[in-house]
Amino acid sequence: MDFTGKSIVSIRELDKDSFLKILVTSKEIKDGKYADCLRGKLLATLFFEPSTRTRLSFESAMRYMGGGVIGFAGTEYTSVKKGETLVDTIKTVSGYCDVIVIRHPVEGAARLASENAGVPVINAGDGANQHPTQTFLDLFTMNEIFSDLSTIRVGFLGDLKYGRAVHSLAYALSLYNTPLWFISPELLKMPEYLVEEIRENGSRIHEVENLEGLDEQLDILYVTRIQKERFGDMQEYEKVAGCFRITKSVVESLGENIKIMHPLPRVDEIDQEVDTLENAIYFKQAHNGIPVRQAVLGLVLGVLQ
Amino acid sequence: MKAYKVFAINEGTVIDHIPSTKALKVIDILGLENEGILTIGIGFSSEKMDKKDIIKIENKYLKKEETDKISLIAPNATINIIKNGELKEKRKIELPEEYINIVKCRNPNCITSVKDIKTKFKIVSRSPLILRCLYCERVIKAGEVEIL
Ligand SMILES: [Zn+2]
Repeated sequence: MDFTGKSIVSIRELDKDSFLKILVTSKEIKDGKYADCLRGKLLATLFFEPSTRTRLSFESAMRYMGGGVIGFAGTEYTSVKKGETLVDTIKTVSGYCDVIVIRHPVEGAARLASENAGVPVINAGDGANQHPTQTFLDLFTMNEIFSDLSTIRVGFLGDLKYGRAVHSLAYALSLYNTPLWFISPELLKMPEYLVEEIRENGSRIHEVENLEGLDEQLDILYVTRIQKERFGDMQEYEKVAGCFRITKSVVESLGENIKIMHPLPRVDEIDQEVDTLENAIYFKQAHNGIPVRQAVLGLVLGVLQ
Repeated sequence: MKAYKVFAINEGTVIDHIPSTKALKVIDILGLENEGILTIGIGFSSEKMDKKDIIKIENKYLKKEETDKISLIAPNATINIIKNGELKEKRKIELPEEYINIVKCRNPNCITSVKDIKTKFKIVSRSPLILRCLYCERVIKAGEVEIL
């Protein structure tokens, strides 16, 4: 798989070989290789909606590789505010940089950008649709601990209906036929079409409404936030959110080897007392965003092969 | 009277077995509004179907890639290519690989719903028919398809 000049818009365009390439390159970078290899290259971060962590992580990845960064966050003071179309912005900025990272609240914006840019476009989130580098860093983190992605048992907990990170990661894991558990309240179940797609790809799926009976069943529990806005009734929300809160005793009940992941930011779905446990790997997961994004930048710029 | 007699033509394409009242939509999808002489018949009785529409396009031979675009609204249409007053080719409609600017995306937060850009759908499954928006990646099933 040659990434040179390619845009990274959606997980659906990638296969296991591409994932392997990204995982191997990320590992090499994490081990200290390829520092400064993007000297003289320029990244433009176009954040049409703010996402400080994602933006900083891309910018830091680019600078660690010796490259430069330009860009904007929010559309308040830019020509976008004056009514410039997305396509015009992309066509113009393409001439100012070697690679573009875009975040946009509208689904499909990154695809449209990639169709009109003269340089590779990396999707850093388009509405509820895709955020592929999140999936890469999730896979990388899992692969660091469990070397075989096809035999790990992964549970997804929380908002599986709207959770973009969950959708992409579950799809990616289905290419490895990883057995998956979808644990959510009825209201926030994984969309049917995705369940079908994932099952067809070859993953065995277990859909349950809570963590009961899952002790020693899982290697990884991937937790996501349940958002208040999804509920009409606040009492119902409190009840559901309470059942899906991960505390020390919940972790203990899942077995001593369980690893807890989370795409962050979290609110209160994982109790802070969990942070100090060996089982909590969500900060490590977030830190892996740097070498993984370094790898993606190096690969699409054709500097790494 | 047989529909063909009404429509006898020497050169061109006849699209038969269009579900009734969809003829204008077919013309729209094929972009034939300003393409010379068209004759349109709506609501003929048919042995195969309840009621059908027929379109005759004079002096124009539509290619398969073109006529496959109408597969969503007239899947059972038959295409007759007439040359020198004789039927030279008769073919059925097949599903194309993708539909460009034919299907509406149902997702209100899709870039194609928000901005004025062409929709693109790829076929992910032929039977049952499932399409995926190339932009927001949502899928739509046969029964949910809305033509632009
Ligand atoms: Zn769409």
